[in-house]
Amino acid sequence: MRDVAVIGVGMQKWGELWEKSTRDIFVESALLAMDDAGVDRLDAMYVGSMSPGIFASQEHLESLMADYLGQKHIPATRVESACASGGLAFRLAWLAVSSGISDVVLAGGVEKMTDVSGGQATHALATAADMKWEGMSGVTFPGLYAMMAVAHMAKYGTTRRQLASVAVKNHDNGLLNPRAQFHLKISIDDVINSVKVADPLNILDCSPITDGAAAVILCPADHVKKFKKPGVKVIGSGHATDTIALHDRADLAALKGVGEAAARAYKMAGKKPEQIDFAEVHDCFTIAEVIVSEALGFFPAGKGGPGAEAGETARGGRIPINTSGGLKSKGHPVGATGIAQIVELTEQLRGEAGERQLKKARVGLAQNMGGSGGTALVHILEVM
Amino acid sequence: MAVGIVGYGAHLPRRRIKVEEIAKVWGADAPSYKKGLELLQKSVPALDEDTITLSVEAARNALARAEIDPKEIGAIYVGSESHPYAVKPSGATVAEAIGAVPDCHCADFEFACKAGSEGMFVAYGLVKAGLIKYGMGIGADTSQGAPGDALEYSAAAGAAAFIMGADERKIIATVDETFSFMTDTPDFWRREHQFYPSHGGRFTGEPAYFRTVTGAVKGILEKSGMKPTDFKYAVFHQPNGKFPKRAAKMLGFTFEQIDIGRVVPWLGNTYSGASPIGLTAILDVANPGDRILMCSYGSGAGSDAFIYTVRDRVREVRDRAPRTRWQLDENVMYVEYGEYAKLRRKIRMAGE
Repeated sequence: MRDVAVIGVGMQKWGELWEKSTRDIFVESALLAMDDAGVDRLDAMYVGSMSPGIFASQEHLESLMADYLGQKHIPATRVESACASGGLAFRLAWLAVSSGISDVVLAGGVEKMTDVSGGQATHALATAADMKWEGMSGVTFPGLYAMMAVAHMAKYGTTRRQLASVAVKNHDNGLLNPRAQFHLKISIDDVINSVKVADPLNILDCSPITDGAAAVILCPADHVKKFKKPGVKVIGSGHATDTIALHDRADLAALKGVGEAAARAYKMAGKKPEQIDFAEVHDCFTIAEVIVSEALGFFPAGKGGPGAEAGETARGGRIPINTSGGLKSKGHPVGATGIAQIVELTEQLRGEAGERQLKKARVGLAQNMGGSGGTALVHILEVM
Repeated sequence: MAVGIVGYGAHLPRRRIKVEEIAKVWGADAPSYKKGLELLQKSVPALDEDTITLSVEAARNALARAEIDPKEIGAIYVGSESHPYAVKPSGATVAEAIGAVPDCHCADFEFACKAGSEGMFVAYGLVKAGLIKYGMGIGADTSQGAPGDALEYSAAAGAAAFIMGADERKIIATVDETFSFMTDTPDFWRREHQFYPSHGGRFTGEPAYFRTVTGAVKGILEKSGMKPTDFKYAVFHQPNGKFPKRAAKMLGFTFEQIDIGRVVPWLGNTYSGASPIGLTAILDVANPGDRILMCSYGSGAGSDAFIYTVRDRVREVRDRAPRTRWQLDENVMYVEYGEYAKLRRKIRMAGE
């Protein structure tokens, strides 16, 4: 297997992009990534998108996007793995380069979510749960993550304030990210007093509905010198699944699939959690970031909440998490989220993160998941 | 030749339903609706009140202030999205009821919530052209929001009527400038035979209401060479309490300027009546020389903006009919959801 590097990233401002279509936002980001890498021809493309059929009445996205990107006849694949579609698209692109079958590969993600009503969007997202046992009972994702929060609070004493501190920190980071959907400073009290969604989660605990896309270009690590900018090396990739239904897990306060994916990525990278400088994680809800930060080994089980409240995951903390603003502030166009995490990692590792730039950014980790953790992707990238 | 408003009148139903009462039925969080929409309650028309009867009452109040012979009214336009008949003009009944027939041009207008200001604009234009002596524009609605939809908290009933004329002795407020802004922006619609409207959720905000209202206001300010501080009062279309406040802020108007005309927290969204009723509340208290900016908004989407300057006569005529704030605050009856469902014909009766 060949070593693989990321040599280009592209992403535009996320939000409610009323004037743009699914293809517009994907192609814009893809062209930015190609321009960043200095390539005009792709060998293959992987597009993460969870539900363009429901959100935009458009399937067969791989061919559409290759066509509109001007990359006729390339092998293109649409990847669906719920909210981990982007992360999985990145892994498949990495595999394609690593295996030697392709040299210059684009991994992208896109979701245009605001062209449907809130109810339809909730339904589209709920299809990532076990529709027979969860969806048909009326449980949607805020409800599932609320149950995880209740379990975590009961088992470890995690508090409402600790959860709120995750949202406050991610919004603070988002203020420094020009592409974030929200540039909104919030306080712990704002989160605690915001509208109830599913007890104990309030609206400011939840990531939003977003239109957005992101793209990255991968190539063999030993080709990097041919391109414009310094590459960053993909040193670990982990992919795992878990029970799709939350109720089939022995412990609702843990994300075992994330732990498995992380273990595989750490093993491949030859790294330990302590050697990770910063991470982008899947904070679809505040409780998700808390549990994920434990599953990744940054905190012992039950200590993620106190760690967040103590500022250990802030930009100046021990393990900065979601310097991009995370899903909470940057937005969560589900298929694009996993790719946007790689964009943030790459920019931090290249020292191009502007006001968000961390002093120490040599090794970064991205964790993306689908559903209530039924799919988990972990990637580790390092400065070359 | 100055052309302006020579008579104005509002009519609001007596009944109200509180946000809490609606939220209770749907298991919704009343405080978040009150905070999110800045609404306390909305008006509810009685069984025998519809767009035509509300229009007649508002027209009578306008006539009382204008003190003119209704036979001199050469045009009557009723703007509404809830005309009681799909085919049969509301305006003809209003004209007949106030004694303006038969020498009268009449048409019903529909452009979601801006149909009322359209009637005002056309009546003003015909007077200015010298085709008619007086013209009446009315905005009236008894709008329906689907049960449980966010619109149910705001869709209300009310009417405002304005008589335009060029008679120097009669003018209450001159129309100094007009400007319209319109694009094909489908944010809210109701097809024929549908009982409740559909809407594009958050699309009704930024790309629809705010783009259109700010476009119209910027346009009229540029056309007139005026700036926000030139106005004592402003009234923007008020689908809820929040939108006009935000539009004002975006355009550089203060809360003090929009406060008097912002009646929506106590009244709800009266659709075609919304900014016109706000204007009546301003005329009830304005002083001679005060300048007023009005900007309607109708989904689909367009805005009509007007600049008025108040004249001395307003003091003389304003108490010849009930003031709008009085109608908002006094003589009010609160209904529960059951009665509201009956009054709004949400209950299917035997034989229906």
